Amino acid sequence: MTYEAVIGLEVHVQVKTESKMFSRSATGYGRPPNTLTDPVVLALPGALPVMNLEALDQIIRTGLLLGCTIAPVCRWDRKNYFYPDSPKNYQISQYDQPICLGGAVEIELPGSARNIMGEHKRIPLTRIHLEEDVGKLNHGAADSLVDFNRAGTPLMEIVSEPALHGADEAFAYLTALRTVIVYGGISDCDMEKGQLRCDANISIRPAGTSSLGTKVELKNLNSISFVRDGIAHEIRRQRAVVESGGTVVQETRDYDGQTGASQSLRSKEQAHDYRYFPDPDLMPVKVDEDWKARLRATCPELPFDKQRRFMEAYRLPYTVTSVLIPDLELSNYFEEAARSGARPQAAANWIVNDLQRELGAARISLSESKVRPAHIAALVGLIESGAILGHAAKEVFAEMFANGDAPEAIVDRKGLRTNTDAGELERWCREAIASNPKSEADFKAGKDSALNAFKGPVMRAAKGKADPKAVDATLRRLLGQ
Amino acid sequence: MLDAGRLSAVELMRALIARRHSVDGRVKAFNSYDEADALAQARASDARRGSGKARGPLDGIPVGIKDVIAVAGQPLTASSRMLENFVSPYDATVIRRLRDAGAVCWGRLNLDEFAMGSSTENSAFGATSNPWDLERVPGGSSGGSAAAVSAGEAVAALGSDTGGSIRQPAALCGVVGLKPTYGLVSRYGLIAFASSLDQIGPFARTVEDAAILLGAIAGHDPLDSTSFKAEIPDYRRGLSERKGPWKLGIAREYFADGLDPEVGAAVQGAIEFYRKRGCEIREISLPHTKYAVGAYYIIATAECSSNLARYDGIRYGHRSTAATDAVDIYFKSRSEGFGEEVKRRIILGTYVLSSGYHDAYYLRAQKVRTLIRRDFLEAYKQVDAIITPTTPTPAFRKGEKSADPLAMYLNDIYTIGVNLAGLPGISVPCGFTGGGLPIGLQIIGQPFREAELLSMAHAYEAAHGWHARHPNP
Repeated sequence: MTYEAVIGLEVHVQVKTESKMFSRSATGYGRPPNTLTDPVVLALPGALPVMNLEALDQIIRTGLLLGCTIAPVCRWDRKNYFYPDSPKNYQISQYDQPICLGGAVEIELPGSARNIMGEHKRIPLTRIHLEEDVGKLNHGAADSLVDFNRAGTPLMEIVSEPALHGADEAFAYLTALRTVIVYGGISDCDMEKGQLRCDANISIRPAGTSSLGTKVELKNLNSISFVRDGIAHEIRRQRAVVESGGTVVQETRDYDGQTGASQSLRSKEQAHDYRYFPDPDLMPVKVDEDWKARLRATCPELPFDKQRRFMEAYRLPYTVTSVLIPDLELSNYFEEAARSGARPQAAANWIVNDLQRELGAARISLSESKVRPAHIAALVGLIESGAILGHAAKEVFAEMFANGDAPEAIVDRKGLRTNTDAGELERWCREAIASNPKSEADFKAGKDSALNAFKGPVMRAAKGKADPKAVDATLRRLLGQ
Repeated sequence: MLDAGRLSAVELMRALIARRHSVDGRVKAFNSYDEADALAQARASDARRGSGKARGPLDGIPVGIKDVIAVAGQPLTASSRMLENFVSPYDATVIRRLRDAGAVCWGRLNLDEFAMGSSTENSAFGATSNPWDLERVPGGSSGGSAAAVSAGEAVAALGSDTGGSIRQPAALCGVVGLKPTYGLVSRYGLIAFASSLDQIGPFARTVEDAAILLGAIAGHDPLDSTSFKAEIPDYRRGLSERKGPWKLGIAREYFADGLDPEVGAAVQGAIEFYRKRGCEIREISLPHTKYAVGAYYIIATAECSSNLARYDGIRYGHRSTAATDAVDIYFKSRSEGFGEEVKRRIILGTYVLSSGYHDAYYLRAQKVRTLIRRDFLEAYKQVDAIITPTTPTPAFRKGEKSADPLAMYLNDIYTIGVNLAGLPGISVPCGFTGGGLPIGLQIIGQPFREAELLSMAHAYEAAHGWHARHPNP
């Protein structure tokens, strides 16, 4: 029997804000333990939460980007449970009335080849809600220490419908979702810093059936590749259980990306009763049409929309767009170069190939690069007009990358401009023809390749700076063609 | 007297310190006090007044603080073993405002543990006595605040009121106590019992003093999301400007069984006073009153079960030395740190929020709460304020009700509805029993109309002078 996997993802994303979700304490990563705290973060007696409006703006922006329905009122609930990383022993969250409902993430499945666009699908979302992050436990040999720097950081939980059917789809979903969130400036989604975390609910069922099997929640999928590997592993595990006559048990399992194995954390019977109730310390916040309109105006174009536009408006090949699009900065960089008048395909090639290669070699980011989009446009312009030649262009680019000079300045300084004096070119061509009567005869007899015999001497005379097209045309004219 | 230079703030403070030394061994109103700190504040006040920079009528006035309001650098215990050694690193907003007004923060006053109780017998550090009869309770939970003001150990005090915790002890100790409209005074720095019901308010010997103190602490605070952006009038000036006559409501449900005849008679006397002053007295009905105590004990315990979860022995507070791991720290520290009444309410609150019971208890109680508020707002279409006894009986004997939590809960029967409806209420002395115990008159006002409430109480006080009588504990 063949089985189909049914997967829903719960993705937690830290929202990028200056201060925490309910206090004035700063957010941050990698700071000395317990320095990003205040009475509210530490839940000292008498401390009260006050909502961070910027975080609410960011989740509403996320909802608008993903086509969610934005609730007219933002409400806060308490989720009660005891754990040492939770300062209040309740988490302020949103229970039955999340701020964003519905919506979808457009994903792209792998194509049949690297240069062929894969199938696109829309994965429906259940909800997105906002809550606060918890602290971090550091377990030592004899004791455990807790660091509350992370506690209270705004955290979005994005819950998909159980509409993914394999590890590759889950991978594509997470990649697409991350790109949208980075585009929106909502989070940097750096998984190493815990800015994006993923849990997966996985079940299997006989292919072609529609009822849901018993689900297993897989936790601690700490990188995008662990998400793919962990889900693939869990699907195999469940299939093996079923095929050996067993039944899948509802439980939460912990996946270890290093060993590629998972183990049970807790069963359904040990599930918490969170005793949710509305947080009496926080007032409901009305989100009106003006508020949404103001945020809608700040929403960027979605990544896949941008890719389609690049392919149509700039006639870029799919492979080039699939390098440009996932990187918001790079795609904007390209567009700026194109708007500066460069032929788009040529500019894209310089960016995707030469610039990316040099950035990688120098281990710097695009924003640190001295090469500006206008420089790329100017370089392309010099090539397209014939002012410099291909090998000279490579030299100019290396110089641009090293010191950030404008390409024209480099060309002039290094004397790389092609010779454009028609009179001089004609003289060199006449001399070349005169010194090689055999080839002249061959050419006139119809042997077109004989023309190449004149080109070498002309180029030598021009010290390499003659435009090959101009040389070709001049020779043909002089030979009476 | 301070302004006239007849008394310095330091002299006043010294007098209170001496008074505390002579009576508090019997009254036991104070959990802790810092004489050096109080005198330093008084000296700073004298210096301000000396250079013509006095900050107003509160400058140099010692105000006692219920030990549930955070004062930077001072202990904050909530009268609980759980916080026995806790020192607050920050000031509550009301403390910041008192300091801005020049007041001297003086001592931390006893209460029922975590403000849960009506007698101050639930304090982990020993019960406070009623200055009028040391065998009797001062009421609660702000029993220390009421007793300290009544016994002359503080000029005024701050308390907190969740179901009557300011008005009931004020009545039982013969002082003025005001519970403001929910949202008028910031709760930032107040140890939460039930967040949707708690309000900080003043205790004082006179209505005028209460008006001055309220004016200093009221007003919007960006650190408390439930604080209201209300215009704060000059409450003191309002006392002489507003003279009525008012339309006053008498709720028949508040004069039912269980009301002590002497208390009933004193309140009837007050009603006659207002009638003679030209006020129109109307009988009104608050039909859902009988459900108030039930709804209150569901909502308050639900919120407290969550609010008190932070006292876990991990970051601060009592940690059991017998604990072996995190879960053990929770169980043992909380078992050792909390008293019986606190545990009872946490368990009750946990139960009413549990899945399967949430709708039947918590949700239903919230609906009842809405109906109770509607009762009051309906009544206010006919009357300006409602007059009731503050408590059904005068101060009861220590130990008399501690074995029966329900009998204790019923002591708040006239005060609880005000918290559920978020309204302001004041208790003002309205006489004494034959045995010499004070009786309190409660006036319940409309939202954010404390000025009117204070004027009504002031008119009564000025005509009777009960406040001139002091106990000798």
